[in-house]
Amino acid sequence: MTDALENPNYPVPDELKSNVIVTTIDRLYNWGRRSSVWPMMFGLACCAIEMICTAASRYDLSRFGMEVMRPSPRQSDLMIVSGTVTKKMIPVIVRLYNQMPEPKYVMAMGACASGGGPFKEGYNVVSGVDKFIPVDVYVPGCPPTPQALLNGLIKLQEKIDSQSIASVPWYQSGNSEPVPVPLLGPDLIDLRQRPLFNQLAKQPAAQAVTE
Amino acid sequence: MYGLGIVKGLWVTVQHFVDTYTDDIRWLSKRYIDPDKLSYRQSSKGKGLFTVQYPEEKLEVPERFRYLPFLLYEEKPDGTKEDRCTSCGICAKVCPPQCIWIERTEDPVTKRPVPAPKAFFIDTDICMNCGYCAEYCPFDAIKMDHDYEIASYDRTGAHVYDKEKLSKPVSYYAGIRPTDYAAEEQARAEAEAKKAARKAR
Amino acid sequence: MTEVVAPTVEAPAAALESRFPGAVTPDARAGYSGYVVAADQLIEVATALRDEMGYDYLSSVTGVDYIADGKLEAVYHACKTTGGPALVLKVQAPREAPVVPSLVNVYPGADFQEREAYDMYGIRFAGHPNLKRILMWEGFAGYPLRKDWKEAYYEGETKPFESRWPGGDFVRAEEKNIFSHNVAYPAGFTPDDWVPESEVSQYPVFDPSTQGEGHGLKTDKLVVNIGPQHPSTHGVFRMLVTLDGETIVNLQPVMGYLHRNHEKIGERNTFLHNMPFTDRLDYISSMSNNLGYALAVEKLMKVKVPERAEYIRVLMVELTRICNHLWAVGFLLNDLGAFFTPALYAIRERELILDFFEATAGSRMMCNYMRFGGVARDLPERIRDDNTLDFLNDMVFNRLPRAIDDLETYLTDNEIIRSRCIGVGVLPPQQAVAFSAAGPLLRASGVAYDLRRADPYSIYDRFDFKVCTRPNGDIYDRYLIRMDEMRESAKICQQVLRDMPTGGDILAGKPAYNVRVPAGESYGRVEGPKGELGFYIVSTGKTNPYRYHVRAPSFINITLLGELCKGHKVADVVAILGSIDIVLGETDR
Ligand code: SF4
Ligand code: SF4
Repeated sequence: MTDALENPNYPVPDELKSNVIVTTIDRLYNWGRRSSVWPMMFGLACCAIEMICTAASRYDLSRFGMEVMRPSPRQSDLMIVSGTVTKKMIPVIVRLYNQMPEPKYVMAMGACASGGGPFKEGYNVVSGVDKFIPVDVYVPGCPPTPQALLNGLIKLQEKIDSQSIASVPWYQSGNSEPVPVPLLGPDLIDLRQRPLFNQLAKQPAAQAVTE
Repeated sequence: MYGLGIVKGLWVTVQHFVDTYTDDIRWLSKRYIDPDKLSYRQSSKGKGLFTVQYPEEKLEVPERFRYLPFLLYEEKPDGTKEDRCTSCGICAKVCPPQCIWIERTEDPVTKRPVPAPKAFFIDTDICMNCGYCAEYCPFDAIKMDHDYEIASYDRTGAHVYDKEKLSKPVSYYAGIRPTDYAAEEQARAEAEAKKAARKAR
Repeated sequence: MTEVVAPTVEAPAAALESRFPGAVTPDARAGYSGYVVAADQLIEVATALRDEMGYDYLSSVTGVDYIADGKLEAVYHACKTTGGPALVLKVQAPREAPVVPSLVNVYPGADFQEREAYDMYGIRFAGHPNLKRILMWEGFAGYPLRKDWKEAYYEGETKPFESRWPGGDFVRAEEKNIFSHNVAYPAGFTPDDWVPESEVSQYPVFDPSTQGEGHGLKTDKLVVNIGPQHPSTHGVFRMLVTLDGETIVNLQPVMGYLHRNHEKIGERNTFLHNMPFTDRLDYISSMSNNLGYALAVEKLMKVKVPERAEYIRVLMVELTRICNHLWAVGFLLNDLGAFFTPALYAIRERELILDFFEATAGSRMMCNYMRFGGVARDLPERIRDDNTLDFLNDMVFNRLPRAIDDLETYLTDNEIIRSRCIGVGVLPPQQAVAFSAAGPLLRASGVAYDLRRADPYSIYDRFDFKVCTRPNGDIYDRYLIRMDEMRESAKICQQVLRDMPTGGDILAGKPAYNVRVPAGESYGRVEGPKGELGFYIVSTGKTNPYRYHVRAPSFINITLLGELCKGHKVADVVAILGSIDIVLGETDR
């Protein structure tokens, strides 16, 4: 900020007046949100242990206002997907995500949550949680050390800072669509792919199917 | 007496509380100036609970710390870079989740393999940071990095590291792992000396 | 490795042969041991083994697919709680219709393990009370561990894959799949024609007709679903609790939410590849997993581990045990409602041990430290600003014992803890043995069964330590036993530091990445912090294991959860679960 802008008597051009108010509100709004991101208390695998260590005294999440881990999705702002996402678990994760109120953020912690990780080839592993729900920040590593996770959280705060109250999707008109919860059939069924299924069923010869 | 156990427990909490604050105050002025003080409080001699104020102060990682792998290149005096990797493929074979892809260079005329990689990919979304690639590379060409501050907003492009993104100079390696580097250089020098001696004979 | 001076297997086993002529034959395959039992006589043989020969403890049950012979094999490892090596029994069944009698009535601890073998191999255990899939879900297509079953991202029978080198053209596996997911369906499948498996058929507890009346009054029983996402469970674990008022009448654990196909991947990996994967089993105590796996493979390879490496191994494993118990105690208190403060104190000590692991092995949790015939690297010079040995001495002689005492003063006499824990979730010793409980859970019930003494491995015979037991088998004793064991572990570490040779090799032979392992089977087991951790390995003499099975203490201990919770209140469930101390990475693998 330049000195001129700090000066309250600085003449604001008319066409900019509304914007100035928005940016100031934005700053306040984002400051409030970034300093009280409540993660959901929810761990999946090995990475969750590092997440707990991050919350413990040595790294101390509460310096970022994030120590209030909420067991209920209804009260949380951030879902830290900390670990391997399996097919058996993904319906639950999607449901939890749908239950979180806007604004909501998702962080993929570790290789597994980002893209499948070392177990990617396994038959019960989803190749990254972003196949189903949108992810805001990815933290690579297996497992990311507490400092790496903190680095990711700071990145998330930066992302929050860059948003504007005028354009954030949750204040626009209309309802946000929930992500369809995948089903557990003979294999994991992503309902958004219905057309593809039907198309394939019509032309059985051209299928990429094992067994 | 009923309740004594609880009181005893609370007394422990008070002790921890006091320890934490006395230590905090004792080191208050020094901790931001002298990084040694930070590591003292993290050692077995530290008392009380202690918090590292990341990102302002960072807990140093030990030399052997491994995060993601990187490739080494030598900086020649004339400014060119020479990869240490000979594309022998051992790291790709020894990698447990098979997240290394190496394309070998072929001589355009003879079609014989040339000892340098044409392309080198590591999918960091699969890599398990196990360190095998570095451990078994016979040419000390791939090593484990210390850089953990690599969170990103998008993974499609950013998480598959190609050769360019993987390559770092040997001097960087010497900086993060001085002991290992010195030991390797010594071993190499000895091997060279032996070779020279054999040739001389 | 030392021979055990316990009754050898031969004497009673020979008796088995003569008692069941024709039904029990020695396993004659090269490198194999134990007996092949005819399926129709299995129950009689097992009963005789248990009642007459002292093999009262069924350590592990699993399957192997010998596809070339057209056979599926169920493999049992039975032991004596008085000590000695395991006796292996095998039952073979044709692949097309594999039926094997269930041993649940002889050894109740076989319950979940048989379900797992059914889930993975399709072996039907006749007479099993609830033969349903356990790790995958009902309705999943195929039996994944069969050798002819291939997953969606299948690339090759064994690693390393051809596509990585020399022509390594990078493609993500999902780009090759038409759904761009890790999925494959039976031909012609559409979700519109598909009828999902109903909850009631998957989990019979939801069936209202099974719920009778109580107290002469017409009361409805209530089924409460806890998990899989739940603050107090240790990871993604689900419990279906049937309640009468507030009292639990039935509890059914549901797991598999972290089933990462460890064994399928492990059979594709080379022997060496599996080492870092074992880190991710029980991710709180990776060093002991490493050791168990290394021992199993070393048994087949017959390598001798250098002295210094043995000492380092023991040091690492015992520090891991302290780490794990600190964590377990901290989080047991969390589950009891003492939110985070005890855990904070425990984690602080654990961090210091992790610092040592990080400085030595390179990673805080995923150590990947042991190699076949030794360890990966020698101890480092320094840890932060301290000399390593000074640091270790300070830790095991001063800091850790003090921290344990501190926790003890902090928690042991606390009246709230006592009233929540004493007499809750009582496990009588006979039941503990019958259900194949292991580790602190078993010893808190007064059974002095610790593999470090019962079937010694590594160099444990050189150390002076006590196998701790506690008499009551309730939550409180399970808490106390962890305190005792931490003290004993610290004692072992002190002896290691005293006796460890200062120099010398840390690895037998040259580091090799492509080890060939002689053909045969082996069962390596260690007393992990959570109990007996076993690795059953079948090698065909190649670089990849043919069968790789993990006997996971967290998985088998959880068989008891339902029994322990019966008659208690809902609030006790999490405490009992916390006192069993499971890690889902190991439960679900
Ligand atoms: S990324 Fe690594 S540490 Fe994290 S859950 Fe996956 S395997 Fe475990
Ligand atoms: S660290 Fe391990 S997983 Fe990662 S590239 Fe190297 S060998 Fe592969």
